[in-house]
Amino acid sequence: MSDTTISQGWFTSLANPTRFLALSGRLLPYLATAAVLSLLIGLFMSFAAPEDYQQGITVRIMFIHVPAAWLAMMCYSVMAIASIGTLVWRHPLADVAAKTALPIGAAFTFLSLLTGSLWGRPMWGTWWVWDARLTSVFVLFLMYLGLMALHKAMDDPARAARPAAVLTLVGFINIPIIKFSVDWWNTLHQPASVIRLDGPTIHPSMLYPLLVMALAYTLIFFTLHLMAMRNEILRRRVQTMRRQAAQAIGGGA
Amino acid sequence: MMALLVRDLAIATRSGGAAMLGVLFFLAVVAVIPFGIGPDLNLLGRIGPAILWIGALLASLLGLDRLFQADREDGSLDMLVMQDWFSLIFTVFVKSLAHWLATGLPLVLAAPLLGLLMNMGAAATGAVMLTLLVGTPAISFIGAVGAAVAVVLPRGGLLVSILILPLAIPILIFGVSAAYAAVTDPDPFWPPFMILSAIALFFAALGPVAAAAALKGASD
Repeated sequence: MSDTTISQGWFTSLANPTRFLALSGRLLPYLATAAVLSLLIGLFMSFAAPEDYQQGITVRIMFIHVPAAWLAMMCYSVMAIASIGTLVWRHPLADVAAKTALPIGAAFTFLSLLTGSLWGRPMWGTWWVWDARLTSVFVLFLMYLGLMALHKAMDDPARAARPAAVLTLVGFINIPIIKFSVDWWNTLHQPASVIRLDGPTIHPSMLYPLLVMALAYTLIFFTLHLMAMRNEILRRRVQTMRRQAAQAIGGGA
Repeated sequence: MMALLVRDLAIATRSGGAAMLGVLFFLAVVAVIPFGIGPDLNLLGRIGPAILWIGALLASLLGLDRLFQADREDGSLDMLVMQDWFSLIFTVFVKSLAHWLATGLPLVLAAPLLGLLMNMGAAATGAVMLTLLVGTPAISFIGAVGAAVAVVLPRGGLLVSILILPLAIPILIFGVSAAYAAVTDPDPFWPPFMILSAIALFFAALGPVAAAAALKGASD
């Protein structure tokens, strides 16, 4: 680590993988505890929330579905920011962040599609419709899988970093399309009811459980993401050590 | 740059015959549809524009991986990447344009024949040709990004299609809706067609820049 001799700001010092490992190791237990606690509270509040006068008990799917969809978009945004980090500062940690967020984002997207489908069956009478919101989220899911396939296909993570970052940024067009698809097109999916300019139209008795669940999902995401990033850093170190060991054997023979 | 255009066109039309392959694939895809859904001429006429669009989309994805692969194999890609930033972007633009002239334009020209096979009227065929003429360059330009990303992979062909297909979905949506709007009465033709044109222009601007960035990143 020759670059430790250069004077660094506080934020850039975080980007040092060794410091990152140390700091994230200290942070993780708190983050994980907070995630589990908020999830428990959120689940309790979701079941304590009143049933909808129209939808009955199925309205509780919302507390799982909506935060998953938010997280699916937030995860892609995190990846896009990390990709800018890869392209501008060429920092390997940014690439690690973008790569490890992929499976987590894909899982949240799948969860939102699945719960949406289960919710759609009793409410709309169909598992799936090809309206703008559902289609654009499905495209997001395809993009997650495509990027995962790209990382799988490249055996050298350092070479995969920049092409994958470019593709992630190009795919970011989809995120505003998902967000505004319910406003631009006449969809079966209901328009935004929480994040609106004129304030949420949803009743507080349902809004608060939803927000707590969103907080829980976000904490879960960051816990899993930090764990995955630590694993990826260690995995790359093991790979490098193996390569060096193989070279040493090859050189000695 | 003119020389590069002519060179790429010559390579595409002569030895490998990538241009002809795309058209043949287009023909094959459209020809299997009647076998799959039955030779009902009314039904074929109704879904014809959509079938032609899907066939053209698949056919233009087919040859995309060759966009930079051949140059990488004979080493000329390294020469192209060594240029300064703006020349590289322009080079990618010209190469995408040559790729479209070699593979996309033949698809547009083959569309009337296939329209005949699908029992489509003259207006529908004309609308499909016009939308394909605007839409296929967009596929080539955004496809350049996928081709650049997968250029370092030995067998990136299928991966390019998987990566680009989600991005090409808006082209398909507005292409097909414009083609249908031209034949069905109450729907206006111009709004979807304008959006299709906007997507094509946007991808023509975005694609070369992103593809150049990916090529630079993959080379060092």
